Amino acid sequence: MIYNIPFIAVIAMIFVGLYAVLFKRNLVKMVIGITIIESGVNLFLITLGYREGGVAPIFTSAPSDVAGNAPSTMVLPVPQALTLTSIVIGVAVLALMLSLIMHIYRHYGTLDVRKIRRLKE
Amino acid sequence: MSLRTTVAIVMFSVLVVFFLFTAFMLSFGTPKEAKMDNYIIMHTQTETGTNSGVTTVVFDYRGFDTLGEATILFAAVAGVIMIFRRVKK
Amino acid sequence: MSEMSKIVRTISNIIFPFIMIFGLYVIAHGHLTPGGGFQGGAVAASGCAMLLVAYGSTWIIDRMKVSRLSMFESIGALGFIGVAFLGLIIGGMFFNNFLVGSNILFGNIPKTGYTGANFNTGGVLPLMNFAVGVKVIAGLFVVVLVMAYASSLKEWKQ
Repeated sequence: MIYNIPFIAVIAMIFVGLYAVLFKRNLVKMVIGITIIESGVNLFLITLGYREGGVAPIFTSAPSDVAGNAPSTMVLPVPQALTLTSIVIGVAVLALMLSLIMHIYRHYGTLDVRKIRRLKE
Repeated sequence: MSLRTTVAIVMFSVLVVFFLFTAFMLSFGTPKEAKMDNYIIMHTQTETGTNSGVTTVVFDYRGFDTLGEATILFAAVAGVIMIFRRVKK
Repeated sequence: MSEMSKIVRTISNIIFPFIMIFGLYVIAHGHLTPGGGFQGGAVAASGCAMLLVAYGSTWIIDRMKVSRLSMFESIGALGFIGVAFLGLIIGGMFFNNFLVGSNILFGNIPKTGYTGANFNTGGVLPLMNFAVGVKVIAGLFVVVLVMAYASSLKEWKQ
């Protein structure tokens, strides 16, 4: 059980983010919770592809004890490529969310969720 | 009970179930199926001519995902510019 | 945003070329070391954002147009798609790597195993790295500039 610490960290991050989205009333704190959930999911994608005692899958230079048998001492490269795409998608969604929050603040004058309920003229 | 305590109790029970599952059932150092990744690592230098395994997966073996990601980045920047269009001095 | 004091502006002027050189190095060596288009673009865009914080967004938006900056982003995206279509015209497949064995631009094939790093390898990958790097730098800088300028006005003209 002590070797599964990255997976336990993923569960902790997702639940901290879920608590911030559900139980807070400020809009900026909800956006921070969404970002924390995003970071937890990226960490989960990377730790799915780890091999015991492996190095990065790059052939430029390596220590001499891993240079013998090639594909069994290297970490899987495909989950790292998927994590790159996920990080960029997270940045795009965060930029659009913050722009909409700026418009809401100019229009309503407050950032409390319980006061932004009806369409105001 | 109010809605907040109900949601809190459901979340806590789901947290306990997930914690027990990840602590005892998932294995950290040994991935289950790795045939595609073994093929990619063995044939990177002869088929694509690079030294790096991650860059060829991003741009050569899975180029369509990078095409979709570039489209999403472009759409997000266009959306941000369009939201602040009428803000002038 | 108003500008910061003279010490902050001088130190930003001194450090800015080093950050840009490191970002362009990470972009250019994407096929030899960890890195590539997206990572190096993020490093260089944070260097540009440091200049924006030091000089104030009103000073910078008086001297640059947003339409000129977004033209750079369109050039990067069109370059990426153009290289992919060039593979369709020459080889027969979309995203075809048509520069691997030839001796036009980036044609060497490295020896198998752990040898050194040769910059002349890579096929069509360094061109794609440059296109995506320019796209990410221009896109992130425009986002930060527009949001910083919009938050500094007292009222918005509707």
